[in-house]
Amino acid sequence: MSQSMEQRAATIAVLVENEAGVLARVIGLFSGRGYNIESLTVAPVDADRRISRITVVTSGTEMIIDQIKAQLDRLVPVHKVSDLSMEGPHLTRELALIKVVGRGEGRMEALRLADAFRARVVDATPESAVFEMTGSSDKIEAFCALMQPLGLAEVSRTGVVAIARGARSLTV
Amino acid sequence: MSAIATLSPETRIMTGAEVVLQALKDQGVEVIFGYPGGAVLPIYDALFQQNAIRHILVRHEQAAVHAAEGYARSTGKVGCVLVTSGPGATNAVTGLVDALMDSIPIVCLTGQVPTHLIGNDAFQEADTTGITRPATKHNYLVKRPGDLARVMHEAFYVARSGRPGPVVVDLPKDILIGKAPYQEADRAEHRSYRPVTEPDPRRIGEAVAAMKRSHRPIVYAGGGVINAGPEASRLLAEFVRMTGFPCTNTLMGLGAYPASDPQFLGMLGMHGTYEANMAMHGCDVMFNIGARFDDRVTGRLNAFSPGSTKIHADIDPSSINKNVRVDVPIVGDAGAVLRAIIAAWKADDTQQDRKALAGWWRQIETWRGKHCLSYVQQGKIIKPQHAVKRLFEITQELRAASGKETFITTEVGQHQMWAAQYFGFDAPNRWMTSGGLGTMGYGLPAAAGVQIAYPDALVIDIAGEASILMNIQEMGTLAQYRLPVKIFILNNEYMGMVRQWQELLHGSRYSESYSEALPDFVKLAESFHAVGMRATEADQLDDVIHAMIASPKAVIADICVAKDENCFPMIPSGAAHNEMILGPGQAGGVAGVTDEGKVLV
Repeated sequence: MSQSMEQRAATIAVLVENEAGVLARVIGLFSGRGYNIESLTVAPVDADRRISRITVVTSGTEMIIDQIKAQLDRLVPVHKVSDLSMEGPHLTRELALIKVVGRGEGRMEALRLADAFRARVVDATPESAVFEMTGSSDKIEAFCALMQPLGLAEVSRTGVVAIARGARSLTV
Repeated sequence: MSAIATLSPETRIMTGAEVVLQALKDQGVEVIFGYPGGAVLPIYDALFQQNAIRHILVRHEQAAVHAAEGYARSTGKVGCVLVTSGPGATNAVTGLVDALMDSIPIVCLTGQVPTHLIGNDAFQEADTTGITRPATKHNYLVKRPGDLARVMHEAFYVARSGRPGPVVVDLPKDILIGKAPYQEADRAEHRSYRPVTEPDPRRIGEAVAAMKRSHRPIVYAGGGVINAGPEASRLLAEFVRMTGFPCTNTLMGLGAYPASDPQFLGMLGMHGTYEANMAMHGCDVMFNIGARFDDRVTGRLNAFSPGSTKIHADIDPSSINKNVRVDVPIVGDAGAVLRAIIAAWKADDTQQDRKALAGWWRQIETWRGKHCLSYVQQGKIIKPQHAVKRLFEITQELRAASGKETFITTEVGQHQMWAAQYFGFDAPNRWMTSGGLGTMGYGLPAAAGVQIAYPDALVIDIAGEASILMNIQEMGTLAQYRLPVKIFILNNEYMGMVRQWQELLHGSRYSESYSEALPDFVKLAESFHAVGMRATEADQLDDVIHAMIASPKAVIADICVAKDENCFPMIPSGAAHNEMILGPGQAGGVAGVTDEGKVLV
């Protein structure tokens, strides 16, 4: 095969009918065919037209990623599949809620770092703080790593959502 | 009252079960294969009160799906199945996956417990949509009466459009009993599923340019040509003849190109002909139309047809570049692609290199000269190859004399490969076999489905003694509907293909592959109101075939064949096309199978 065997990451946006079972179809496709899912998010985006948007972060060779797109596209309730990582510049964001438990200097240091990372304090008690942070997955991971010695207790992340930059839009 | 008042004039209110039947009628369904049970009683009650749709009672739900597959494959229509909830649905799963793998259009209606009990582990409840999600092209659970008619029509649209496949509609009992509005099929486009059927002219141009310049071309045609309808097969023949190219068919594609034509190289793949596989290996331009580079066809991928320019036309974009990287991908219906290719070929005034093509044919003739399908029939023991060959020749004579058409179904194993090798098909839709899934027990119910569609045709299930027992209960269906299906068992008292692999790859340790404690097939036939006959010696073979065909009843012909015969030629697993084993004399060649190859199925 002349094609590169190199692995690459792909962020794929999928517009689907908002109906029962559609998420199971997508997840079943990935597990049934042995593809990776690094992150998967889903939410309705157009209530009137019953459309949901799924964002999948996956990886594989170019041939595998083409397969993933073709396999997604042939699912009956799938409207559109877009490989954001290949179709020009795009934004990816993730939201995380990060709980740090501790008192004293550690807690102060956590609050200072949060400020530097533009994480918002959404809950605080004398012995804990919950930070809300939005950004790339890398940024969230970097912040969590810094919180680790300062009493990191719990992390809840949404997974990646993504959108193309500029006027180009993905609609049905 | 107000709800009814707002309905459009063409919307009628009926029971859910009546809506189901009305939708079937509107979709042109004449026959449904099924088995009743608690959850589908309302549909059976509605069936009882009408005459438009004929119900064929099978003896096992798996057989209902295979029968519908046989019906669909032989007629080109959507096959229809009706089974109950729970075990009815789970029994149907093998048939559904079979239809999925071989792209057969099926609509399977499954009963379900009433909506308020779903999730409660009710009696005969199963998560049918969950279980069948990877077993179908698409499935539905109808939870609102207002969705019922739309879903029914949509199921047929999805089953037959694009790459065909099985669709399940799960029907809770309260939906079937309660009132539901009926509306006709929506003429509007489907919201999300709109497969591309017309090919991109630019790709057609590239394909024709490559083929015009070719010196060693080959056409590799598969089941997609059959699925595209008889016109696609006619166009394939037109294209192959006007170009002078050699043509090979996959197992699923047999009949797409006439087997008796000199440009036909036979089937390709693991048990394909030497000439077909060598030509695939040595070609410089390959035109794949409606086939999917299955592992049975390609052999070792990194040695598959090295150096050729590959054109691949398929209606399913996910089939393209899945196993083999191709140079010219064409998405479209096989018939539409062939029509476009023929037109573009005629419009392109580049001259073909006829001299090179003649040289290629001379090379192919030397491969043909190996006579890879030759065998020696001598003495009393019946060679299985000979049995199939005689069956073919005698049915050919019958066709010449009476015009009677022959349809062949098979089970899975050695007999299936011998049928593919020695029975020639000159027209599409005459050959029904389980290709992708390889389902033992497919052939008998599929034959029943074919015979329902063609009551006057000669329908033969070429079987093995092990496979036939997997759905032998369908003898009851044959008896009930007086279906004169002929079951031609190549009885070697072994699960022959398993035995062959054990001989070649596992040191002749025949672990559990002997067909111990077989029934007496003659008596078995008689107990099911059919006729049993047997041939144990070569000189009885023709008489038994003639008697079988002459019988107006269902027949089991127990043909006792050589027990240790292997199916050749063979590409051992993990080998390349040009590393074929031609016969037993060369079987030592299998000793070279690597551990990597052994892992392959």
